Amino acid sequence: MEPTSTAHPAPDMEVVYKRPDTLLDTRMHYCPGCGHGVVHRVLMEVVQELDIQQETIGVAPVGCSVFAYNYLDIDMQEAAHGRASAVATAIKRIHPSKYVFSYQGDGDLAAIGTAETIHTCNRGENILFLFINNGIYGMTGGQMAPTTLLGMKSTTSPTGRTVETSGYPLKIADLVAMLPGVVYVSRHSVHTPNAVRQLKKAMIRSFQYQKEGRGTCFLEVVSNCPSNWKMTPVESNAWLEEHMFPLYPPGEIKAPK
Amino acid sequence: MSDIEIMKGNEALAEAAIRAGCRAYFGYPITPQSEILEYLADEGRRRGMIVLQAESEVASINMVYGAAGAGARVMTSSSSPGVSLMMEGISYIASAELPCLLVNVSRGGPGLGTIQPSQGDYFQAVKGGGHGDYRLIVLAPSSVQEMADFVYRAFDLADKYRAPVMILADGALGQMMEKVRFPDYDPAEHVVPKPWATTGKTPDRARNIITSLHIETEQMEQINIRLQDKYRLIAERETRWEEVQTADAEWLIVAYGLAARIAHRAVDLVRARGIRAGLLRPITLFPYPSKPLAALAGRVRGMLTVEMNAGQMVEDVRLAVNGRVPVSFYGRMGGIIPSPDEVVSALQKMVAQDVLTETEAN
Ligand SMILES: Cc1ncc(C[n+]2csc(CCOP(=O)(O)OP(=O)(O)O)c2C)c(N)n1
Ligand code: SF4
Repeated sequence: MEPTSTAHPAPDMEVVYKRPDTLLDTRMHYCPGCGHGVVHRVLMEVVQELDIQQETIGVAPVGCSVFAYNYLDIDMQEAAHGRASAVATAIKRIHPSKYVFSYQGDGDLAAIGTAETIHTCNRGENILFLFINNGIYGMTGGQMAPTTLLGMKSTTSPTGRTVETSGYPLKIADLVAMLPGVVYVSRHSVHTPNAVRQLKKAMIRSFQYQKEGRGTCFLEVVSNCPSNWKMTPVESNAWLEEHMFPLYPPGEIKAPK
Repeated sequence: MSDIEIMKGNEALAEAAIRAGCRAYFGYPITPQSEILEYLADEGRRRGMIVLQAESEVASINMVYGAAGAGARVMTSSSSPGVSLMMEGISYIASAELPCLLVNVSRGGPGLGTIQPSQGDYFQAVKGGGHGDYRLIVLAPSSVQEMADFVYRAFDLADKYRAPVMILADGALGQMMEKVRFPDYDPAEHVVPKPWATTGKTPDRARNIITSLHIETEQMEQINIRLQDKYRLIAERETRWEEVQTADAEWLIVAYGLAARIAHRAVDLVRARGIRAGLLRPITLFPYPSKPLAALAGRVRGMLTVEMNAGQMVEDVRLAVNGRVPVSFYGRMGGIIPSPDEVVSALQKMVAQDVLTETEAN
C-alpha cells in the first residue's frame, strides 16, 4: 500500500482536519497516548482560530510539558517549578493587552506552586490557567502528586496512597473557584473527541473573558500518564473515566451568570 | 520636587528607581528595607510604576523573571532571609540572561537573626548563592548618595550585559538619612533594544523563548562558556573601587559599604598618630578589584580587612595579594557595627606585630 501524505492531499480530496499552523511541525517528546500533546493542539487551534498568535504569550512549567515552547509557535517563557503563574502575572502586568496563559502539571500547580496559584487567582489576574491533572509526577518518574487518588500506586506510595501518611487528594480547582477574583473554572478531559471539543469551547470562552478583563480563568484537564500509570493509552483512558472522574468530575465549576 | 533632598537610604534608592524609568517593582515586606516597597507603592504608583506586593520573595523573584523576560526594566528588593528565598529564581535569571535590579539591604544572620545591619551576605551575593556557575554584578554603596546613584548604574549595566545586578547594602545605609542629589537622567536616552523579549510573536521574527533549560550537555556547556566570557568582559571593563590616601600608605585597610566609612575615619585617626595608613574601598564586589589590590601589595607592609561579618571578603583580599603581605581581619557580627577605635586598635596591633617580627629577624 502507498503511504498516505496529509501534507499533499490529492486534488479531488477535501482537507477536513490538519495541524494548525501555530503548532510547529516537529516531533513531540511526549509518550504515545499522553494527553499533553492533545491539549497543546487544542490550544493552538484556538490561538489560530481567534487569530491571536501575535497577542499570545505562554508560560511553560517544570514537568513533562517543560518543552511546550518547542511546539507552540508563540512567544513563551519557561518558569521555575511551580512559579509559572507568578511569571504569567508579571508578563500580563507588563503587557495587559496580550493574552497570557500558564500551562502547569499537578505537581507544579498544586504542590510546589500552591501559594502562587492561590494568590494569582486571589488577585484575579487576567490570565488563563491550563492545569493538566494526571494524578502523578510524570517527568520525574511517577512519584505521588497532591492529586494522586487514595489507593493509587506511585513510586513514593508503592502500596497505594493512604490518608494516614499523605492526606487527601487536593481538588484545587474547587478551591480556587471559591475566590472572588476567579471568574471561570471548568474541568475537562481530552480522552474522547467530544471531550476535546468541550475543552476547546472552554478555552475560547476563557480568552474572551481575558479580553474583557473579567478575572482569572482556570481550566483543569483530567489527563493520563500511560507510562507511569503503567498502562496502554487505551487502558489509561478507561482507567481515567473509571477512577479519576468520580473524584474529578468533568463540568463547569464556576461561570459568570 | 527639588533635586537635593534629605532622605533615608531606602527612600533615595526607591526615588532613583522611579527616575531611572523602572517600569515594575515586585517585592515582599521585610525590615530593614520595607520603605522601598512603601515608597514605591505610594510615589511609584502615582508616577506610573507597576508595584505589586507579592505573596512571598519566591513569587517576587519569579515575577521579576517574567517582567524582565517581557522586556521591562524591573526590580525587587529584600533583606537577607528574603534574598535567601530568591536564590533559585536568581539562578534562573542569570542563566536566561535577564536584565534586572536586585537589592539586598542586609541584616544580621544566620537564621531569622536580627534586623540590625550586617555584611554577612557577601558570599551569597558575590560567590553565587544559588545553584550553578553564575555571577551577579554586585555594587556596594557606602552612602545615601550612592544608594541612589548606583540604581542608574545598575540598570544600565543590567541592560548592557543582559545580566542581573545586585545592590548589596546594609540596614544602616537603608535607614540613615543624608543629603542626596538626584542627577539628570533621562531613561529614554538609556533604552536598550530587547529584541529577544516575549512581547508577542510578530510575523517578521521567530518566536522568542526565555528559558534556562538546555538538556543537551554540549549546549549547556556552550551557554556556560558564553556566561564566563561575559563575566570576564565585565571584569575587564566594569571593576570600580576607591582609594583614600594610598599614595604613601604603608598600611592598607580594605573595606566596603558602611565598614568603609568607619575604616576611613580610622585611617584619619591613625595618621594623626603617625601611622601611614590608606584605604581601598571596593565599589564593585563582583567584579572584584583584585588588580589594584595586587599592585598595592607590592607597596604596603600589611593589609587589614574590616567587615561586619566573620570574615568573608577577606578571602578575596588574600587571593588578590597571594601571600605577598600579611592580611589580617577585624570584624563584628550579628548586627554590631565596629567603631573607628576598634579598627584603630586592630591596625595598631598589626603594626606592633610587624615591628616585633622585624626585631625577631634582626
Ligand atoms: C525546585 C525543584 N524541585 C523539584 C524539581 C523536580 N521536578 C521536575 S518536574 C517535577 C514534577 C512534575 O510533575 P507535574 O507537575 O505533575 O507534571 P507532569 O510531569 O506530570 O506533567 C519535579 C518534582 C525541580 N525541577 N525543581
Ligand atoms: S511521562 Fe506521563 S505525562 Fe509525561 S509524557 Fe509520558 S505519559 Fe505524558
